[in-house]
Amino acid sequence: MTSLPPPSAKKLGLVIDLDTCVGCQACTTSCKEWNTQGYSGPLTDTNPYGSDPSGVWLNRVHGYEVMEEGQAQSRIVNFPRSCLHCEEPACVTVCPTGASYKRAEDGIVLVNPETCIGCKLCSWACPYGAREYDQSQGVMKKCTLCVDRIYNENFEPEDRQPACVKACPTGARHFGDLGDETSKVSQLVAERGGYDLLPEMGYKPVNKYLPPRARRDATNTRAEALPRPDGSAFDRLFQWADKVLSPRKASARANEPDHSGKLEG
Amino acid sequence: MHPAYSVILFTTASGAGYGLLALLSLVGISHGEASSLAFGLTAMVVALGLITIGLLSSTFHLGHPERAWRAFSQWRSSWLSREGVAAVITYLPAVVFGAVWSGLIAAPALIAPLAVVTAVMAMITVLCTAKIYSTLKTIRSWHNPWTVWVYISFALATGAVILAAITAVFGNFPAFLVYFSSVLMALAGIIVLLYWRSIDAAPRDLTMGDATGLGRLGTVSQWEQPHSAPNYIQKEMGYVVARKHAAQLRRLVIVALVLAILLMLSALAVPVAALLAMALALFAAVVQRWLFFAEAQHVSSLFYGAQAA
Ligand code: SF4
Ligand code: SF4
Ligand code: SF4
Repeated sequence: MTSLPPPSAKKLGLVIDLDTCVGCQACTTSCKEWNTQGYSGPLTDTNPYGSDPSGVWLNRVHGYEVMEEGQAQSRIVNFPRSCLHCEEPACVTVCPTGASYKRAEDGIVLVNPETCIGCKLCSWACPYGAREYDQSQGVMKKCTLCVDRIYNENFEPEDRQPACVKACPTGARHFGDLGDETSKVSQLVAERGGYDLLPEMGYKPVNKYLPPRARRDATNTRAEALPRPDGSAFDRLFQWADKVLSPRKASARANEPDHSGKLEG
Repeated sequence: MHPAYSVILFTTASGAGYGLLALLSLVGISHGEASSLAFGLTAMVVALGLITIGLLSSTFHLGHPERAWRAFSQWRSSWLSREGVAAVITYLPAVVFGAVWSGLIAAPALIAPLAVVTAVMAMITVLCTAKIYSTLKTIRSWHNPWTVWVYISFALATGAVILAAITAVFGNFPAFLVYFSSVLMALAGIIVLLYWRSIDAAPRDLTMGDATGLGRLGTVSQWEQPHSAPNYIQKEMGYVVARKHAAQLRRLVIVALVLAILLMLSALAVPVAALLAMALALFAAVVQRWLFFAEAQHVSSLFYGAQAA
């Protein structure tokens, strides 16, 4: 049914920390790897090694440059983008077949690959560009919040998380129930001022973004944090130890791997 | 938005077909039975033929045409589903009306009631088509009160010139139809001008900073694309025709409509001119529909580098 279910108490979603995301693409590749064999699979690529590759991915990581007021240098913000599992998603209500639906029990928005006719209208209705059409399968693909992992009883409890969350090396992705005010993710949103994307569209995204933290001034903060030598006996002891223990330049180099490209022997 | 030819063909062909169908119903109400069986059948076959070609072309562009029947199920929420339902329902009164009006079945008393139902259903179907677009908040130029009127006025104008052309061919060409179709074409031209004025005036007040929420920090620009080759979103939503090019095509639509009106008026002297008028009016409708897509900017293009939407 593409009419929306009554709002669920449970609102599963992601909280993405724009402060710690380093843009490594680990989440996108692990998403692809899991989901190409999962509920939405296959996620077909065409011409993957050619000059004009294209393919279906459920998660994309953008890079934006932000020039802040009063700063001499801009900063880079890496920005993962996937389905936000909106509370009032027109991608669901426009679907003529009922293939696009929102689950009543936990709010996950899914496409049924067995009934989708591939009309693409849902992708037009999504403000976030979160739905990608699979030309080879003739159906629409989107983030499933790894519905086939998070309830999977064959997994250890700690593995019942979306693939992207498991893969993120910096812990920039958090999964949980945003309908529960006491959950870790809800608290994180409250603490860090997590925000909605394009609230003016009225889709009420469940996923939240944590804004990058205010930047420290790179020219002096670090230097102040370091203790300054004060000429005490301790200082002199450390300086002596430092000198004795540091490998001499020649021997240090001998221990380094050879990058010159020559093969020995 | 990427202007897919199947969708342009579908909306203009079926629009013209429903416009013609509605006008034939009016003819039935005002004149009773068709002047000849051949004329009645030809007109009905053209109307239902255009509708059917349009519906088939919209079905063929689906990823799974064999599942198209499923699209009738979600009429409670989806305008696309409502359009499908309305389109199929319209066939019933239309076919019976066509049989009675053309004289295939002799039941003159039924012409008027059947005509009313047919005309209403035809217009409801066009309205559903327009609503698919006008209810999408993600595309500012479609989410506009004029969108519905553009679809309805072009359906009626193209339907009227086709009707004029058919009557010209059958030699029962009434002067009234010349004026009537000219007025409808002029109306379509005026409405599309108002539509363009409205979308040009609408502020494009969403920026990349709004889309990403990073505008709270400062000025946002794109630093790195998430992928090395364009993806579905960029190909489908990223297409926007250049402003200069669009301005030329808009002029082309208006010039074609004006010429079609002049040709239609000259058909008072030389009836075959109505055929040329028809060709020009259909051409104007196709170009207008192409522009409707090509000028539409999707809000998701902000994530991919568009400055404003
Ligand atoms: S992000 Fe897009 S696809 Fe996901 S629920 Fe919202 S509108 Fe639908
Ligand atoms: S592409 Fe599939 S899921 Fe999307 S609106 Fe069409 S039928 Fe529904
Ligand atoms: S895996 Fe984590 S750090 Fe890497 S791009 Fe994804 S969210 Fe960012």
